[in-house]
Formats: sequence, C-alpha cells, structure tokens
Amino acid sequence: MERARQAGEILNARDLGVVACTRCAQVWPIGTRACNRCGHRVYHRDVKSLQRVWALWLVGLMCYIPANLYPMLRTRTLLTVQESTIVGGAIELIEYGSVGVALIILIASVAIPLAKFMAIAFLAISVTRPSTVSKNQRQLLYEVVEYIGRWSMIDIFVVAILSSLVQLNVLVAISPGPASLFFALSVIFTMLSAQAFDSRMIWDAQRWRKGKKDHE
Amino acid sequence: MSASAANPREDLIVCPKCDAAYALVRPAPGERAVCHRCHTVLITPRRKAGVQIIALSFAILVLITAAAIFPFLSVSVGGARNTVSVLDAALAFSDGPLIVLSLTTAALIIFIPLTRVLLSLYVLIPIVLDKPPARHAAQAFRLAEALRPWSMAEIFAIGCAVALVKISDLAEVGFGPAFWLFAGLVVLVVVQDNFLCRWSVWNALGKPAKS
Ligand SMILES: [Zn+2]
Ligand SMILES: [Zn+2]
Repeated sequence: MERARQAGEILNARDLGVVACTRCAQVWPIGTRACNRCGHRVYHRDVKSLQRVWALWLVGLMCYIPANLYPMLRTRTLLTVQESTIVGGAIELIEYGSVGVALIILIASVAIPLAKFMAIAFLAISVTRPSTVSKNQRQLLYEVVEYIGRWSMIDIFVVAILSSLVQLNVLVAISPGPASLFFALSVIFTMLSAQAFDSRMIWDAQRWRKGKKDHE
Repeated sequence: MSASAANPREDLIVCPKCDAAYALVRPAPGERAVCHRCHTVLITPRRKAGVQIIALSFAILVLITAAAIFPFLSVSVGGARNTVSVLDAALAFSDGPLIVLSLTTAALIIFIPLTRVLLSLYVLIPIVLDKPPARHAAQAFRLAEALRPWSMAEIFAIGCAVALVKISDLAEVGFGPAFWLFAGLVVLVVVQDNFLCRWSVWNALGKPAKS
C-alpha cells in the first residue's frame, strides 16, 4: 500500500517530462508518438477529446428523447393491444403493486441516464474553468459515471427477455417498441462520451488556469 | 521499430487516471501499489494468479457455450408454454430496424465476453508457461481491455431478475439448466476480472522474447 509513495508533493508525469500510454501504462519520454509495447497512440493530452465528448454527449441526448416518447413494449392480449413507454410502464407497475421493480426501472432508465448527462457535462465544463468541486470529488464522479453507465442497458435486456419469453400464441405476446433502439443508442453514445473524456485533464486544470493569467 | 530513439522509462509508474508519477517499487505478491492521489490500484501481483485465471477462463468458455444453447427460461399460462435460450432472448428484436439491436444484444451478452476469454487465454498461456509472448499478444490484450466495458453478462443477469418479477403474476416461470449456468458464469467473470493484475501482464508482454 505504501509502496508507491514518493517524498513530498506528488508530481505529474508531464512535470517529469514523460508521458504514459493510456492503454498499457508504459512510460515514455515526452514526444514519443506511439507506444512500442502495445502499439497504441501516445498523446500528452488529447486536445480534441473535449470536442469528442460533447459530440457524443449530444447524440446520446438526442437519442434519449425519442426513447422516452415512443413505446418501449407492446403487449398484445386476446382483445387488446397495449403500448407503454418507459415511464408509463413504471407507473403501471406501481398500480399493480410492484413498487420495488418500478423503482429499479425508474432509477435505471430515467434517473441514472439524466444524472449521467449532467455529470459528463459538468466534468467537461469543469476542466475549462475554475471549479469549486475538488479534484478528488470530480475524479470520483468520473469513476461513478464510467462504472454506472453500462448498467442502463438493463432495461434493454429486460425488454429482450420479456419479448422472447412471452410469446404464447393467441393468449398474450410482448414485442419490443421503437424506443428500445433509441434507448440502447443513447446508452452506447453516453458510454462512448464518458470514455472519450481524458480524466487526467481534471488534474491539469489548476495549472491551466495559472498559465492563462488574468484573462477574466 | 525496436531500435527507435525513445526508450521506455522502466523506473517510473504513472497513474493512468490522474497522471501522477511515482518511482516504481514492485509490491510483493499479495501487496498492492495504490495511487496516493486518486486511489486507483496500480499493481496487484498475486502468486499463481496466471494459472488461476487460465483455469477460470476455461470454465467461463464452457459455461458461455452451454448457457447460450441450453434452455434458459420457460413460461406457461394455462396450456400455452414457451421455452427460450439466451440466444433467443438476444435475438428478440427481429422486427425491421430492431435487428441491429438484436445483434448488439447478442454481442454484449455472449460474443464479447467470449472474445475476451479467448483473447486472455491467448495472451496468458505463453506467459504462464514462461514462453515468449504469442504473436500480436500486446494487440490482443489491448483489444481485450478495450472490450471490457462492453461485456455485459452480469447486467443481463440482473435484467433477468427484473423481467421475472415483472411477469411472475402474469405467468408461471420455470428455470432451465442454462439459467444456473449463467448465474455461475456471472460470478466467474467478475472474479476473473478482479484477479487480473494488468500491470503484471503488460510487464510480461514488454519483455523481449527469450531465446
Ligand atoms: Zn502502450
Ligand atoms: Zn491516480
């Protein structure tokens, strides 16, 4: 645990004139183009990464809107065809009394995606201007976003299981609605957006501001 | 290529998350090196980890194949009955443009976990046997690591639980053998991921081939 300690202040790799491969963590002198160990491109800081973050973020957000407007599930029984959206389905569940499952669905498909959009936007903004939130907290936020992002796919899997399982001839059949595609795209693009964010920039921000002098 | 001007700095280790640089001191097996700034685990060597991971990988390989093929869940209402496999569930989105979603789902829950296991076997077996790394082993391991967030077997398992609760009052649900295989699979995938010390693997891959 105490093995990697260095006396005094912790230095950034860039202060030592080295750069680490983001894929395999091999350390190279600054100016190295490609990692000789794994072949990945080595870059000091990816200046374009914020643009990529925002572009993917926007696509994710645009997919999230139809995901909530179109039906997620289409339930056909003998007499009726019923379509339900994400929120509509959860409300139905509450009416049937399964509050727990409804909560899981609301958290996984509404609260987490919205929180994720806000968190990524906040992180991307916070590295370009002074932030009151400490670096450690922002790093933690980033890790939470990265970890939790995948779990939003749960709703897609539920739809997949339900619509393959509940195919009982004339009695009842469940099929996926168009919202499932948009929702999956939204999850995938927000995951890509979070991956595009170079978390090392959180730790650069201080220096960046000092270097910028009295601009404001 | 190997004769290029830049030599790697073997004496340093840099935290991939926050860019903090430390003088490299290898922890003893069982110990861990942790970034002091953001608490990312940098090195966690374990004795015999390689052999254990290979054993786990073979188990996962068998389980994935079996879980994908055998009946997974069955449902019955009155006289009507339906049994599905994991593949059937993945391919449920067969309606027009939703076919894309079918392929994605199948990839996320079966083919990406499968690919990762095969890649890690390819990379780890020569290392454990003390042989020179396999051809393109570094690229293979890089791909395995890049695929890590997209391997979603454990999320699918929780999805099953939610789906079962959703239809439990609508119909009678039965578990097939694949359901239990899949449950075991999820545990193994998580254990395998946490066993692997990525730094040690990269370190072994960076060594020039022995004669
Ligand atoms: Zn590398
Ligand atoms: Zn760190």
